[in-house]
Amino acid sequence: MPERRRRKPFDFSTAIVLLVSTISGLTVYLREGPERFFAIFRSDILLFGDMLPKMLAGCLIGGFVTLLLPRELVGRLVGAESGLLGLFIATAAGAVLPGGPVTIYPVAGAFLGIGADAGTAIAFITSWMLLGYNRALIWELPFFGGNFVLWRIIVCLPLPIIAGILGRAAIRTFALRMESST
Amino acid sequence: MMLVVSIFLWIVVVVLGFMTAMRGTYLFRANVRESVIEFLRLIPRIALGVIGSGFIADAIPRDLIVPWIGPDSGLLGVTIATIGGAATSGGPVVGFSVAAAALKGGGGAPQVIAYLVAWALFSIQRLIGWEIPTMPPRVVWLRAAISIPLPYVAAAAAMLLHKP
Repeated sequence: MPERRRRKPFDFSTAIVLLVSTISGLTVYLREGPERFFAIFRSDILLFGDMLPKMLAGCLIGGFVTLLLPRELVGRLVGAESGLLGLFIATAAGAVLPGGPVTIYPVAGAFLGIGADAGTAIAFITSWMLLGYNRALIWELPFFGGNFVLWRIIVCLPLPIIAGILGRAAIRTFALRMESST
Repeated sequence: MMLVVSIFLWIVVVVLGFMTAMRGTYLFRANVRESVIEFLRLIPRIALGVIGSGFIADAIPRDLIVPWIGPDSGLLGVTIATIGGAATSGGPVVGFSVAAAALKGGGGAPQVIAYLVAWALFSIQRLIGWEIPTMPPRVVWLRAAISIPLPYVAAAAAMLLHKP
């Protein structure tokens, strides 16, 4: 079975959001009346319902990719390439690999273990954080809708490469040592 | 546009599903079940965040959001949003709810993008809870330090493109 991070359906931060949302909902209802309350409710429910099929697609793709693309293979692929090409491969890998922090950081750590430089690992992590389709489809879409998410991703496309180049430049300029393990 | 995205997504699902099924129908079925369960578990939390952010945006007076991170708040607004993103702790429900509430409540798109980028890159909780234990700390600090300009780059790109 593919490893999956089991998320509890409810946790502390969700409880906080529930509390703040309830207070806000009550405020809107009392201050602006039921019409405004239900207008907001309806438009958000519609947006959410619209995005549900895409969320499901995101979950299914995540499951299949976890199975079809073993992390060790990605590690070998990224670790073997250096230069600008290495940064591009790391960016692509970060964007397609599903999973939460539990699975992603060890992959990045493994890059370093098999000879990739810190810049490559940084590009990979940055890409996973900013370009990961998994998070965009499942989380971001229902909140913001397609147009916003699309442009958010477009303006973030160059960032992993920039981060990788800056990382390498900093290592060179300040003669930092990154190879030593923890 | 979104229809094209949807069709593309489901083509990807079918192709990957077929590739998985080639390896064994049991594997395929187990994988689909696992993914559907994951999806169902996520629904209540995301629904709560999406609906909640709409109410939060409406309950907070616009005068409170617009001058700070509104479309005309410029670089200072981007800086405020960046600091806010880095300071946000809690899971994805919290980060996305705050950002969506800010956007619906009159925040500028570049500022909200800066918030999201900073939250993704610097969230202290993730840095200390996940990244430091699994990566060499020096790499983590280097990553955090060189990432400082990134929310500004993303916000500047959004301003130049006048999108979203």
